[in-house]
Amino acid sequence: MANPSAVCNGHLHHHHQKQNNLLKSGIYKKNGITKGMKKNGISNGTVYKKTFIEHFEQAPMYVAVLTFVGFGVGTVFGYLRDFMRTWGLEKRNVATEREQQKDFVPLYQDFENFYTRNLYMRIRDNWNRPICSVPGPQFDLMERITDDYNWTFRFTGRTIKNVINMGSYNYLGFAETDVNALKTVTIELQKYGTGICSTRQEMGTLDKHVELEKLVAKFLGVEDAMVFGMGFATNSMNIPALVGKGCLILSDELNHTSLVLGARLSGATIRIFKHNNMQSLENLLRDAIVYGQPRSHRAWRKIIILVEGIYSMEGSIVRLPEIVSLKKKYKAYLYLDEAHSIGAVGATGRGVVEYFGMSPDDVDVLMGTFTKSFGAAGGYIAGKKDLVDFLRTHSHSAVYATSMCPPVAEQIIRAMKCLMGLDGTTQGLQRVRQLGKNTRYFRRKLHEMGFIIYGNDDSPVVPLLLYMPGKIGAFARRMLEKNIGVVVVGFPATPITESRARFCVSAAHTREMLDTVLNALDELGDFLHLKYSRYSKSSHPELYEETRLELED
Amino acid sequence: MDIKSMKNYLYWLYCQFELITCSYLMEPWEKLLFYTFNITMLVMVLYAGYIFVPVHLSMAFQFFLHLFGNQHENTVSIVK
Repeated sequence: MANPSAVCNGHLHHHHQKQNNLLKSGIYKKNGITKGMKKNGISNGTVYKKTFIEHFEQAPMYVAVLTFVGFGVGTVFGYLRDFMRTWGLEKRNVATEREQQKDFVPLYQDFENFYTRNLYMRIRDNWNRPICSVPGPQFDLMERITDDYNWTFRFTGRTIKNVINMGSYNYLGFAETDVNALKTVTIELQKYGTGICSTRQEMGTLDKHVELEKLVAKFLGVEDAMVFGMGFATNSMNIPALVGKGCLILSDELNHTSLVLGARLSGATIRIFKHNNMQSLENLLRDAIVYGQPRSHRAWRKIIILVEGIYSMEGSIVRLPEIVSLKKKYKAYLYLDEAHSIGAVGATGRGVVEYFGMSPDDVDVLMGTFTKSFGAAGGYIAGKKDLVDFLRTHSHSAVYATSMCPPVAEQIIRAMKCLMGLDGTTQGLQRVRQLGKNTRYFRRKLHEMGFIIYGNDDSPVVPLLLYMPGKIGAFARRMLEKNIGVVVVGFPATPITESRARFCVSAAHTREMLDTVLNALDELGDFLHLKYSRYSKSSHPELYEETRLELED
Repeated sequence: MDIKSMKNYLYWLYCQFELITCSYLMEPWEKLLFYTFNITMLVMVLYAGYIFVPVHLSMAFQFFLHLFGNQHENTVSIVK
């Protein structure tokens, strides 16, 4: 371990070194790799040009025990309610099999349906909340109430105004209704209308699409790009075009459903490696090359690694330098899904490739979406010209799916030009810098307050762990009462004991808004007893001297 | 002031109990059922404790005394 007061990578790190010293004695990390071991030339310290600090702190043991107690009580009452429903003591609102299907294989007895009926229904009012304004830094919600414990809802007609939005993927703040900003979009809307009424290969390729694709290729620094109308469909429809039977897909444990669906649809063999764990990936690669296909032991036709830039449930950033060196060593291909990281990380917003200082030629297939940072809809795949030409002819999305509509394409063009500085202002760069500042401020404050936060220090996705099922509902409802809209996530999107609230920091959030949210979180954290972290200032005040230098990029 | 902060603290503890055992999510009749069950069990455990613990404690005390020397009836000091 490095000398505690040494200068590493040009930054003086009192704060993080203290955390590392505490870590040595205590809690192990989720994937077996302790954070901070990558400094000063230890193992692959030279691959990372800046420090890579991720947090996956484990909660104290009593929290896990109490979470199980809560789930136990919930399960017991779930069985009681199911019993009452089967014996007719209670009205049945759920889907059940029909009388004629009594002897068939049961449809609704598995754990997920049980959980949905008995636990999810009780707190269902925290999801699917209808909004009635643009999802900017503040938005309006339609108020709805339930008379029968969340089985049905009705609108009261009132709208809750100016709720601070901590849930929308609006990283750079391009979801705006400012007339000046949308001037070009209005012009294109009047010129082209809204519908395309065709697919890319028939009559759906407009000059707007060609312009957008050239701009995307220039933005990312690659040869060519292709855009699609829907981000989810970009993954699920293009992975089957790139791989097939006889190929091997190595996919991260926590990949998004679109990647999983695309991988399954392709028919290739899928093997999963532990989240962001390079040893696991290397073992899989070695086994694949040594043993080949399962029974014939022939070499695999293609080995492709599917990873994401930022994982939206954990807030962790992919270890791109290590993956690229592994890919080069074992001659595999890399498919990088930058849905959450394009526009959000990197010095000029060009994603994780720029964040790590690597060249885009290292990644074979660069995929991303325009939904998150550009305030539009759709996705792109970029890379070498041969790859994109192949996809233009062979992708399912190009042949069958409607192409992107022109006003949306124009919104992406104007957002990208703003980011690149081609509109003559520095507004794009300011937005990226503001996002970076907001992210660092928000994360630092949450750490100081004592919450357990997952993920990399530079990722704008901030998951705050809640653990107990009772607190999920209480947290979301009380935050709405304080006029802040948050997204809470539980099973099945996360492991059952690690339910969390996920905040998405935006460049459009002002310091006052973040302070409002932080104060509300402070109060709520004390009331609901959510401050489980053992490394915060409040639990170890003597270790945090005031002479701590701020990390500035 | 002390009573008020005590009451607030007790209310906070009650809220924690509700959140941890998911009774915050239950409908009123379920809460009634759950609390009745809990309070009944608690009362039964306390009653059993009230009856049995003093007897067991004194028996354990006598056992240990016997272990350390057979003196429990012979502690008469002869004053010369």
